Amino acid sequence: MRCLVIIPALNEAEAIGDVVRDIRASCDADVVVIDDGSSDATGANASAAGADVLRHPCNLGIGAAVQTGYLYALEQGYECVVRQDGDGQHDPAYIPQFVELLANDEADIIVGSRFLAREGYQSTIVRRLGILILSIISTLVGTRTTDPTSGYWGVNRRAMETLAPEHPDDYPETEALLIAAAGGCRIREVPTVMRERAAGQSSISVLYSGFYMVKVILALLLVKR
Amino acid sequence: MFHYYDKYLLEIVALSLAVLLIAFVIGTVRRTSLNIRYAILWLGAGGVLLVLSVYRPLLDYIAAAVGVRYPPSLLFLVAFVFLLMIVLHYSLVLSSHRDSIRRLSQSVALLEHQLKSQEKRQRE
Repeated sequence: MRCLVIIPALNEAEAIGDVVRDIRASCDADVVVIDDGSSDATGANASAAGADVLRHPCNLGIGAAVQTGYLYALEQGYECVVRQDGDGQHDPAYIPQFVELLANDEADIIVGSRFLAREGYQSTIVRRLGILILSIISTLVGTRTTDPTSGYWGVNRRAMETLAPEHPDDYPETEALLIAAAGGCRIREVPTVMRERAAGQSSISVLYSGFYMVKVILALLLVKR
Repeated sequence: MFHYYDKYLLEIVALSLAVLLIAFVIGTVRRTSLNIRYAILWLGAGGVLLVLSVYRPLLDYIAAAVGVRYPPSLLFLVAFVFLLMIVLHYSLVLSSHRDSIRRLSQSVALLEHQLKSQEKRQRE
């Protein structure tokens, strides 16, 4: 199965090189970094580490970066895409497992959940509470997941085709899950152990956490199903 | 000390504001800095306010019809509703621009990558 690993990244110059090298060492997939208008050397460092780089001329949001990855994968004829974060939180050791599940057609979307196994980096208490609330709400509106904000995703072509035309832009994961479920995609969670970010800043500051919750909850309630 | 013009003071003020608004909007459109598409709502607001401030019987009639006791305050209501419409319209325009910018930037990213890999292949 021809597989592409996509990494949306914003100002991750410090971590991105190791992330790319790590991924290339643990699977033979092509790696593309979507540089979402970084002001540092994210693109150059990713390129030096052996990744292809797609550069947004201005910052569009992480969802748009993921969407660009899907568009590229569809255009280049990849059969599956695994998304990794650019900060080193995602352990690429799971990539072969994700690809195998997709190759066996066990699901259209594989989501790595840090709460199924309850091991590794579990995030801060406040964030876990937020994730729990989102998980309950997304269960109520139709997709059962324990970790709806996880960005460790594997998708096949069918899921890409569902998500590429209209992808939510900020904090996209929970909403994207719903859109995919509404589009008839089969979603499956697998336990993954997450690490703490290696360097750099999360794109979600304390100030924005409130906005995050309001936005995602509104999106969950308003998204067309 | 009441003057004769006190009776018409409100009309005069409202009228001048409406005329100023219309003149300003037409002026900016003619200097091409304002697209007519976005001027229409402003001109509508100015026009309606102009008519209502010149023709008092109409203002009184509508005020009575919608239950406004003091007719001149209807001018505020009308202006407010127009402002709401204009701002909402801008939110719609903004959303669609955001979408266009996203699509454009994504195309640029994909095309730039294509161009670079072609150049690389030619060099090899």
